[in-house]
Amino acid sequence: MQGLLRKKLVKEIKVDVDKCTGCRSCEMACSAFHAVPKYSSLNPARARIRVIIDESRDIYVPIRAGEYTQAECTGRNLYTINGKEYSECSFCPSCCPSRDYFKEPDTGLPLKCDMCEDDPPLAEPMCVQACQQSALTYVEREEVVEEQKPQVKLEEIEIVFDALVKKHGKKKVMDTFARLSKGSDVKMKV
Amino acid sequence: MRYGETGYNLEIDLSRGSIERVETDPRLMELYLGGQGTAAKLLWDRVPPEAEPFSPENLLIFSSGLFNGTPVPGATRTSVNTFSPQTSLMAHALMGSYFGVELKHAGYDKIVIRGKSPDLVYLWINNGKVEIRDARHLKGKGTQETARLIKEELRDGKVQVAAIGPAGENRVYVASIDHSHASAARGPGPVMGDKGLKAIAIRGTQDLHVAYPAELFDKCLRMAKELFDNPNVGDWMANDEDDGFHHDNFSWGNARVRRRDFWSKELQERWTKWKFDHMDRQTGCYNCPKNCHIVISWPKCKRFSYKCYGKDTYHMAAFQELDFSYEILGVAQELGLDSYSTPQVIAFALELLEAGILTEQDFPGMPADIRGRFYYILQKIAHREGIGDVLANGVYWAARQIGKGAEKYDHNTVKKFEQLPIKLGKVNPPFFLMIATGEKMSITQIEGSFPQDPLPTREQREEFCKNWEAVPDEKFKKWFMNWEKRNDISNEASCAITDWNEAMHYIDDSLGLCGFVSSFRGQFGGRTGYHVWNIPQLITLSTGVEFDKDKLWKTFQRVRTLVRAVNVRRGLRRRDERPPEDHWAVRDEKFEQKLLDDYYEFKGWTKDGIPTKKTLDELGLNHVSEDFIKRGILTGNESTPSKETSREQQKQ
Repeated sequence: MQGLLRKKLVKEIKVDVDKCTGCRSCEMACSAFHAVPKYSSLNPARARIRVIIDESRDIYVPIRAGEYTQAECTGRNLYTINGKEYSECSFCPSCCPSRDYFKEPDTGLPLKCDMCEDDPPLAEPMCVQACQQSALTYVEREEVVEEQKPQVKLEEIEIVFDALVKKHGKKKVMDTFARLSKGSDVKMKV
Repeated sequence: MRYGETGYNLEIDLSRGSIERVETDPRLMELYLGGQGTAAKLLWDRVPPEAEPFSPENLLIFSSGLFNGTPVPGATRTSVNTFSPQTSLMAHALMGSYFGVELKHAGYDKIVIRGKSPDLVYLWINNGKVEIRDARHLKGKGTQETARLIKEELRDGKVQVAAIGPAGENRVYVASIDHSHASAARGPGPVMGDKGLKAIAIRGTQDLHVAYPAELFDKCLRMAKELFDNPNVGDWMANDEDDGFHHDNFSWGNARVRRRDFWSKELQERWTKWKFDHMDRQTGCYNCPKNCHIVISWPKCKRFSYKCYGKDTYHMAAFQELDFSYEILGVAQELGLDSYSTPQVIAFALELLEAGILTEQDFPGMPADIRGRFYYILQKIAHREGIGDVLANGVYWAARQIGKGAEKYDHNTVKKFEQLPIKLGKVNPPFFLMIATGEKMSITQIEGSFPQDPLPTREQREEFCKNWEAVPDEKFKKWFMNWEKRNDISNEASCAITDWNEAMHYIDDSLGLCGFVSSFRGQFGGRTGYHVWNIPQLITLSTGVEFDKDKLWKTFQRVRTLVRAVNVRRGLRRRDERPPEDHWAVRDEKFEQKLLDDYYEFKGWTKDGIPTKKTLDELGLNHVSEDFIKRGILTGNESTPSKETSREQQKQ
């Protein structure tokens, strides 16, 4: 069955690592824009974009704060690009226990890039505006996506119930179901 | 709450191992701004003039500039001040990249270091937690290597490290302090070594506040774009492959030979290929839109970076080509040697060898080829071995220690400090004054607002003047319009030009602005990023303290005069203010001395170059004039109106 076709706005920041000079203007600008009140403080440690810099290995990679993750990866990939070795972490946006990027310095709470959502909207996120070298550029494009309704097979639900009954007993599962469905017109016989 | 600055200094006593966080007087910012301005005040207040540079009493001060960490673009310079063992005067050193900004985010405007540690240590500043840590395992390590090891040890790649190499540890006078792609030369390297301090590592994650944040941010975002688009700011040497200017006009070897026809198209193509075949990227300092550092990976060498004229010094001293600089720079920087003075010292040594003043016995085992010889002497200097122990003291002192006529070969120092190797025909009067009286030691740290040379036609001059916003006064345009020959300009103009050139550097070095977007870049094209008209507003927006052009100018005068006073108290006098005898071929002693007289008068200094009581008191430096009178440096009657004098006398 075909789902609904829907248009989605995709906001992209293109990163050209070869153009990055390591000036960290993006960090400065981001921290100012997200300060409360706006611009009231400067602090790259609060920025939702950080430039991973290793001068001795000539690595300059701006990364943008993504999702919080509870656990660090089980291992690391090392990528060799144009003869330079990059850790996977150099491209990873996660706020992760293995490093102190994207954590509020006072509280440790995770930070996440919001593309500088604002009212009225900015023409470009602040980090892009601050990047004079054009290592960061902003693109908005529309993508057509198919909205899929989840198709669940009846046997799969039975497997789940089987497991629950095995673990908690028939009565507990039934009571829970009855409680959850209170007010609804669902009746169940097992 | 303080704006633009943190309001705290970190005071470290390495003899006692004490660490204090000390609140600073907010009035000092209004009087001296920050950076080198407030550092000069500390040196005046706390280091007695008798104190030897290599003594626990000498202070080593790392200062963030007032604008460091604010949105003001290109404001990244950290100044390092102390008393230099080479000159015995106040050392003027600056470095870019990230250090001062990180320091401010750690919660401090300055690190003030006194005393001496018995063993090699490093300082670990992690916001409010500060530790003096063992660095014996880092002994002898290179500057970059040290930074890498410390970052590994602290398990944090975001730590900013400034370190000395073996040269600094061995108290080599021409040693530098290196941080990221920047280095601070001209004096503080050997003092850091003397204090037993291998490195400073900083991590700062605290907020910095400015007084009018939204307005400042908006203005600075626009300024950053303007600076990026403005070809007159930044380092032209980073982006223009035609470097005939230095190679055809500056002197090679021991500031000895001019090679007027050296540069050629073929050479330029070859060198350009070398550069682009080995350049990894260009980098910039914190929040600066320019890209002045060239990062090079040369085969079999450690990756290094250079900027500006640092690209030329080694191969010009050795009569070689660019590939030699690319080979040796990484090695020299790792040793922690300054690429400005060191090549001159090596060329000086080789000249003495050629002249028979030094002999082959002084250089046991030295290779025969020139490149091998440079490497050999470089290592000897860095480790103070054999003749290197003497050469490590710079050209002036080495010449006197060697004797036997070696003094004659020291022909390019002023105030015991190596100068740019420029030997020209006729005197350019403002340059005479800058080289003679400057206390930032190198002409590059003094010149920059008024053009070096007249423009040939009136139309060109008019064009230049049309957009010349930076002039503090219309009279500069008039002088420039009527300037025909380099050596023919009135004393009145020369004095004011020198003063303006100095003013911009003194302002920059207190604010942390880089000369490449400000003081140094007005002379070419006239459209520099910062000047006395736009800086006051930026100070106000950052700090909340009202500033205008006149107040800024008076602040410059106060800082400038205080630096002079600091040095006068250590013995600086008119006799020290002489450019090298062969700096120009045609000299006129009478004219030059008259010019110097006029300049001292213009500055409100005595004929011996000492600020008068009146000058000092007008700038609020009464404590300085009192000290001068107490010490007998001034009588108090110099150029003072008689009324005031008589009242003074009545009081006494």
